[in-house]
Amino acid sequence: MPTDVRRDPYRPIIELTLARLREFVREPEALFWTFLFPIIMSVAMAIAFPASAGQTVRVGVAPGSENAALQQMLAGAKDIVVREIPVDDQLRALRDGDVHLIVSAGSPPIYRFDPMRDESRLARLVVDDALKRAAGRAEPWQAKEDLIAIPGSRYVDWLIPGIISLGIMNNSLWSIGFMTVQARLRKLLKRLAASPMRRQDFLMAPMIARLAFLGPEVAVPLLFGWLAFGMPIRGHVISIGLVAISGALMFGSLGVLMGSRARTFEAASGLMNLMSVPMWVLSGVFFASSNFPDAVQPFIQALPLTALVDAMRRVVLEGAPLTSLWNELAVIATWTIVPFAIALRIFKWR
Amino acid sequence: MELAVRCQNLQKRYGDVVAVDGLSFEVRRGECYGLLGPNGAGKTTTIEILEGLLAPDGGEVEVLGCRWKTDEQQLRQRLGVQLQETQFTDKLTVEETLRVFRSFYHRGKTIDELLALVELEGKRRSWVVKLSGGQKQRLSIACALAGNPDLLFLDEPTTGLDPQSRRQLWNILTKFREAGGTVLLTTHYMDEAEVLCDRVAIVDHGHLIAEDTPKGLIASLGAPKVVVHQGTLEDVFMSLTGRHLREE
Repeated sequence: MPTDVRRDPYRPIIELTLARLREFVREPEALFWTFLFPIIMSVAMAIAFPASAGQTVRVGVAPGSENAALQQMLAGAKDIVVREIPVDDQLRALRDGDVHLIVSAGSPPIYRFDPMRDESRLARLVVDDALKRAAGRAEPWQAKEDLIAIPGSRYVDWLIPGIISLGIMNNSLWSIGFMTVQARLRKLLKRLAASPMRRQDFLMAPMIARLAFLGPEVAVPLLFGWLAFGMPIRGHVISIGLVAISGALMFGSLGVLMGSRARTFEAASGLMNLMSVPMWVLSGVFFASSNFPDAVQPFIQALPLTALVDAMRRVVLEGAPLTSLWNELAVIATWTIVPFAIALRIFKWR
Repeated sequence: MELAVRCQNLQKRYGDVVAVDGLSFEVRRGECYGLLGPNGAGKTTTIEILEGLLAPDGGEVEVLGCRWKTDEQQLRQRLGVQLQETQFTDKLTVEETLRVFRSFYHRGKTIDELLALVELEGKRRSWVVKLSGGQKQRLSIACALAGNPDLLFLDEPTTGLDPQSRRQLWNILTKFREAGGTVLLTTHYMDEAEVLCDRVAIVDHGHLIAEDTPKGLIASLGAPKVVVHQGTLEDVFMSLTGRHLREE
């Protein structure tokens, strides 16, 4: 029989990567979530942090004639929204954040609030000021206000690079972990192990395939932040890209490790949740990880997501050059190489 | 005579269950050798040991004159393997699946040759999920043949296929044999062993209980039965074990 005598007409790593890409783009749901997640998060942020409107405080007042004067005084004040809350519903309204403060008429009036809540303390100051002014307080002077908003230092600017990093983590972990388990359940891994395929080619292919969709995954929320909030993008596009790529490879490697032995989707998702959920909290995506005690800081700083979030923020918001991110990049490299090496050893092909 | 497979006193147990219990046989170059036996006889375990997918607990294995411990990479380049129950990726096409497998081999057939060999040219751009059972099985054989192997392992290649698909598969194997290939297959179909195999080993409870050509085994039944009707391997199995080959 005639045979193909050309040596290596196809490269395994390329064919395996293409296969993963094809598999992925032909799975509409996977595609949908990869691109929808950052868009949903971005839209949610746009709603939660409107670019122009200032903060208003919500104040609850019990209905009834004794509070009518109070209501009138507050209604005229700036930045205050008044809601009528019956007395027996007030604790619930405070707890759920429907209102930040409850005011009851009296001499002097009574403020009811939880001092642990920043917005309630703010509401107390605003309401107190409004009521005293309405009561005829003499103002010693009126300060001139010079209002500015510095792009780059607002919460939303800080949040977006964190959300991007979170998306990189989720998409890498879940897509790679699940596809690996699926191939194991279908006995495809066993068939591949019976071929001369090099094991590392197979494990590396999904990590490389992941990079194909990284561009839009990172660009969509960045552009959204830039257009909707005027978020500054100070880092060079190449630096941002390299940080994103290193992050995707790192979580790709961890995804391979999480899927290396699991025989069911439940087992795999259990492992991935066990690894990723603590990092949602600890790694400073939504609030600064400096809130945690000093004793656990070395641990937090060594987490893969912390390194990616920090590197991403510094590149995007500060325009830091990659050379200044030595620590973060070293953590990322470690979390890429070590899990991959372990996965290669413990990977179950049957 | 040069040997394609030599296994000596093979042992494999899973916990308390002895799957393979001292199996020894040899497969010559160019022949088609069949392991025949009921489900649970240890056929799959045996063939997976020979394929280097399982490590035996005891015994010796030599495949194409090589050993798994020392020559794995070289050996894999020369073997074709079809396993039971492999499900290829649903949403890859036939051609894409073949390209992946072809890429693992330094030398081998072109995609066009493989498609022609298994008569899947018309399905080149079909997703695997859209293929019939017989077409999937032919794709599996094509993947096994991608590296133009010297030795082909087939584990129950026609189980669950309709008669026409089985015949198609037999034709593919005949072509492979004509090109000088060696085949080791497991089956629990007597007719398949009779049509395809030069020699058959009957395996039960991990033991080899008989080994001969299909004709020789049937002849060994003795005169009385052959007079009643033409003997088959099913009769051979029954006379050896007192049981049917496939217990429903």
